[in-house]
Amino acid sequence: MAKATPSPKSNRPPLAVVGSLVSQDEDLFGRIFDRWVVGRLGEYLRPYRARIIIAIGAVLAFTLTQLAIPLIIRAAIDDAVASGGEIAEGGALLNILVAVFIGVVVFNYIANHVQETIVGKIAGHLLFDLRRAMYAHLQVVSLSFMDKTEVGRLMSRLQGDVNALQEFLESSIFAIGDFVLLFGIIAVLLSLDARLGAMTLSVVPILFLVRIIWLPLARRAFLRARETSSATNAALAESIHGVRVVQELTREDVNFDLFDEKATDNLNSHISGSKYTNVLIPIVDGLTGAAMAIIVIVGGGLVLDQALDIGVMVAFLFYVQRFFDPIRSLTIQYSIMQRAMAAGQRIFEVLDVEVEVSNKSDAQDPKEIDGSIEFENVTFGYVADQPVLKNISFRVAPGETVALVGPTGSGKTSTMSLTHRFYDVWDGSIRVGGHDVRDLTQASLGRHIAMVLQEPYLFSGTILENIRYAKLEASRDAIIDAAKAVGAHDFIMRLGAGYETELDQGGGNLSLGQRQLLSFARALVADAKILILDEATASIDSYTELNIQRALARLLENRTAMVIAHRLATIRGADRIMVLQDGEIIETGDHAHLMASEGLYSRLYRMNYASFDDIPDDVARTLSESNDAT
Amino acid sequence: MKSKKTSHGKSQLDINSESTYRIAVSKLDTNVLWRITKMAFRHRLRMAIGIVSTILAATFQLFVPQFLGRAVDQAHGLLTLTSDRATTEDALMTTALLLISASLLRGLFTMCQNYQGEAVGHLIGYNLRLSYYRQLQRLSFSWHDKVHSGDLMARGILDIEGVRMWVTTGVLRFFLLTILIGGGAIILFRIDIELGVVALAFVPIVGFRVSVARLKLRDTWMRLQDQMAKLTQIMEENLSGIRVVRAFAAQDHELNRFDKSSRIALAVTHERIGLFVRYTTQMTFVYFLSMGLVLWVGGHKVIDGEITLGELTQFLAFMSILQMPVRQIGWMINSIARASTCGGRLFNILDLEPSIADKPDATPLRITDGVLKFENVDFRYPAGDGDQRTLSGISLEARPGKTIGIVGPPGSGKSTIAQLIGRYYDVTGGSVTIDGQDIRNVSLESLRANVRIVQQEPFLFTSSVNHNVAYGDPWAGRSDIEQSAATAQLHNYISNLPSGYATLVGERGVSLSGGQRQRMSIARGVLLDGAVLVFDDSTASIDAATEQRIKSALKDIVKERAVIIIAHRLSSLMHADEILFLEEGRIVERGDHDQLLARSGRYAELYSLQTRLSDTDGEN
Ligand SMILES: Nc1ncnc2c1ncn2[C@@H]1O[C@H](COP(=O)(O)OP(=O)(O)O)[C@@H](O)[C@H]1O
Ligand SMILES: Nc1ncnc2c1ncn2[C@@H]1O[C@H](COP(=O)(O)OP(=O)(O)O)[C@@H](O)[C@H]1O
Ligand SMILES: [Mg+2]
Repeated sequence: MAKATPSPKSNRPPLAVVGSLVSQDEDLFGRIFDRWVVGRLGEYLRPYRARIIIAIGAVLAFTLTQLAIPLIIRAAIDDAVASGGEIAEGGALLNILVAVFIGVVVFNYIANHVQETIVGKIAGHLLFDLRRAMYAHLQVVSLSFMDKTEVGRLMSRLQGDVNALQEFLESSIFAIGDFVLLFGIIAVLLSLDARLGAMTLSVVPILFLVRIIWLPLARRAFLRARETSSATNAALAESIHGVRVVQELTREDVNFDLFDEKATDNLNSHISGSKYTNVLIPIVDGLTGAAMAIIVIVGGGLVLDQALDIGVMVAFLFYVQRFFDPIRSLTIQYSIMQRAMAAGQRIFEVLDVEVEVSNKSDAQDPKEIDGSIEFENVTFGYVADQPVLKNISFRVAPGETVALVGPTGSGKTSTMSLTHRFYDVWDGSIRVGGHDVRDLTQASLGRHIAMVLQEPYLFSGTILENIRYAKLEASRDAIIDAAKAVGAHDFIMRLGAGYETELDQGGGNLSLGQRQLLSFARALVADAKILILDEATASIDSYTELNIQRALARLLENRTAMVIAHRLATIRGADRIMVLQDGEIIETGDHAHLMASEGLYSRLYRMNYASFDDIPDDVARTLSESNDAT
Repeated sequence: MKSKKTSHGKSQLDINSESTYRIAVSKLDTNVLWRITKMAFRHRLRMAIGIVSTILAATFQLFVPQFLGRAVDQAHGLLTLTSDRATTEDALMTTALLLISASLLRGLFTMCQNYQGEAVGHLIGYNLRLSYYRQLQRLSFSWHDKVHSGDLMARGILDIEGVRMWVTTGVLRFFLLTILIGGGAIILFRIDIELGVVALAFVPIVGFRVSVARLKLRDTWMRLQDQMAKLTQIMEENLSGIRVVRAFAAQDHELNRFDKSSRIALAVTHERIGLFVRYTTQMTFVYFLSMGLVLWVGGHKVIDGEITLGELTQFLAFMSILQMPVRQIGWMINSIARASTCGGRLFNILDLEPSIADKPDATPLRITDGVLKFENVDFRYPAGDGDQRTLSGISLEARPGKTIGIVGPPGSGKSTIAQLIGRYYDVTGGSVTIDGQDIRNVSLESLRANVRIVQQEPFLFTSSVNHNVAYGDPWAGRSDIEQSAATAQLHNYISNLPSGYATLVGERGVSLSGGQRQRMSIARGVLLDGAVLVFDDSTASIDAATEQRIKSALKDIVKERAVIIIAHRLSSLMHADEILFLEEGRIVERGDHDQLLARSGRYAELYSLQTRLSDTDGEN
């Protein structure tokens, strides 16, 4: 392995960090609601009630056998072995007791097998259920939440936190068994000999005292360890996603040093956490020794006084050894438990994210709609008090092609998002096919509106699967037709495996323009009444685009289209052009009309051919006013 | 180490070239374990302390049953009238003190052992993390093209954790178990050979189960990790493409995909649990059977007067000490199985040699005139299917003050040309030179410091605006940063934000529109010096007016550098000194705007499409 040799510490650059600037989880880790988390977990256990009861039965049986073993040994020693004298009878009794012992051991084996299998499997189910619940919930939570939340952070909950719970659940069965055992042992000790039992147990309060002091200190240390871990992982995630920029801007060394700082922090906090875990060991062991010493002295004294059988003393010694095992493992499990509680909390936080945009209970799912779109006094924004769209009204008739132009940030994409109800408007209403979008199911919006998004996201899988994404039942012919319509067919056939070519993550083995074509084809396959194109051809040359437009002319018959583009050539053929500026529609009309009115559109349009030397000063001034506002 | 004996297969990881990289892990788990263990022993002092503590802890633990046996004998002795009461009480007192001290010492040394084990584990985790980080930053684009980021994350988090756990809990505990069983055996054999054999009868059986279990568990771990990687990929892609999912209301489809993969993963999980439980419970069972035998044989021996009652107690007490460790053997095997797969997955990556790296005799790039030349360049992507070349016979020359424009249909190879200039891939024919130096012969760092590419798809870090703009030069001063932002026509927008340049952008910060992100990326590129500046379609989402202003702001910068502009909007590049029209990886037309128009070829056609008003009107 190439050992990481930290490069000489250069002076720390003032403007560099790795990983998010925001401390990842500061807002989450304030307190730990153990009981709350356990309660919520309980809900997810409900389907497995029957099996849990069996498991608890098995745990009890297992614990009973654990308790019985020293008792049998005691009986063997007292009644068969130590009785001296009658050898033959002692031998026979011993044989019987050993047979009982073997019986108990078999029983122990079965119970152990049952408890561990059931608990392990329930734990597995529970984790997969939780992950699925989170995942399913993320499919419906509002996009405004998804916009704000890094995929990496969600992934760390879907994977990291679920794994933390797994560790806890799988070991929890031992904890439960240990607990039962603890009480069982106390009961047996007291019933074997109350005096000796009470004296032996007198060491337990000391242990509780120790824990009271230890707990808050340890908790702080564990918390820090966890925080530094998530910071380190966030930095790693960033370096993986941004690796191309890192290499392009040769930030490797700077980043490595910064990462080293985080990793060192992480190392130190974990090492200090492990001090807290381990300091309890000698204390518990010392107390075990003390308890045994008590038995030896007091118990031994009682034996000498003939007030106690020697076998009882032996049994005591065995029990005490076992007695501290659960206490020991419960302490060692503490950090696992802490982690699990925090993880549980983070999981339930995801599950509790509010769903702002959801289907009404009586939402409709019409088979056919007419393809009209209507905005009525729509006001909308992402941040309170900062409206992005201001009191917009327009209507797109069925079958019409309307283009939306305007400077970046003027709200074009937002308009499209609202049509599909990615967000709910602040004020006003939007109607698609005559229905308020809030009265339609989201599935029906998905079926009637096909979108080509500004960023052409593709999934891993074959090209065929990607184009088919919007309509799983689409035939191969339909897919090839769509690919031909957007001019993607030729390049697809040139790829090694044609339509069966596997795409890398995000379609990385295609050029951006090619991805855009596939995303376009995907929308065409959806065969929806309304087509929304958000800069669908930005990375495509005009020639290819023209071919697409020709094909579209045929495909768009009887369909409504809303088109966003910067290249005005792309949209001058639209039935109507709306110019958006600063969240308001400032001009509307067809190309000829807008050119004649000498407004922003005509200026923008002319700009397309101008060289930067000949922007008229007055135009530049008006334009800069409008742009700086965005 | 014991695992070394079970070696099977060749003795070397033979996967160390990027091109032969496989996701699958090699079968050679013993090497992996050996390598991890060697890494642990690199921390000599800590391991020495750890081992000494382990030996002492085990020794003191072995004393405990002896003392217990002694106490029983002492108490029993009086009953059988072999000693008088006062001496017995004294003896009991001594034994009690010995018991306390032995327990306490055992605890202290166990603490030491655990602490050192955990510390070494964390140190190894730390070292692995750093190496992994460095390695990922070093590996070339063609490798990153092929691996999934979710998979890389899983390795960086879960696999490092898997390796660490083995070091933390496994390595030293392995010593502890060996010493406990070995030391115990010696003591027991000394007392009574026959009974000793009976007491330890479970060891070989458990040992056999262990070696079987290890391999089977390892196999399920491997399958589980693969399946989890698939699941991760599904989830990550779904979340990254959530808008597409929503746009097509494909939630059901996505949930189906998830469920399918998840069900398989769950089945493998259950298999793993089943295996694990079967082995651990069997081990405990065999152990208890041994104990029963000890009771039986030993009991008869006491009755026959061959051994004392105390000695029998000692046997039994010793066995009860082993109860926890026997249980832990199961965990240990699990952790070995996991560590060997996790380690394998990590080492697979750490052992790779980047396909693009400095030559041994690489010199720094020396810029004299700033001339960039492509000479008859051929290229195909290493992973590309078919034998179609992505670029063939590309020649071009750019020099300071001279701008080259590139147009062409999607997939014609425009971006690829940009990637080749920064040597993110190596040409497969011909050469790329800067001032006469083949870029394969100069150091990567000096090359990339001189080539600035504003990428087609801007990537922003979740950080403040000024961190993002200054990403290539984190020492940049405020005025430089603002200057670059102003050049990219972003300064006014940023200064109007509530926190100005300290505003957070990226997924948690303000959301920027596509055009704003592209401008950010332009600002990032123009902040830096460099002989060559490439704009890869980096104004596609910017409106024409803003673009023009960016261009006029760039005028001075452009004069001093060789500039390549890739664009679809012809107004972006019609003033270039030379325009290349690319099609299927070949230059089909070249010349300046007027020459190309005069040829009335593909370029002229494109130009007329973008300018003539009536053309598409007729079509629609
Ligand atoms: N998801 C979002 N969260 C917060 N603000 C956003 C989001 N998307 C866009 N914005 C802001 O809303 C404004 C309009 O954006 P957008 O509709 O994407 O513009 P356009 O498509 O016209 O370029 C911009 O100022 C942008 O920063
Ligand atoms: N990382 C990659 N791996 C394999 N093939 C690629 C990769 N990137 C691009 N290609 C292929 O190379 C060709 C040229 O792509 P590119 O240079 O990005 O085209 P563009 O001219 O649109 O910028 C395309 O056919 C594309 O499929
Ligand atoms: Mg490109």
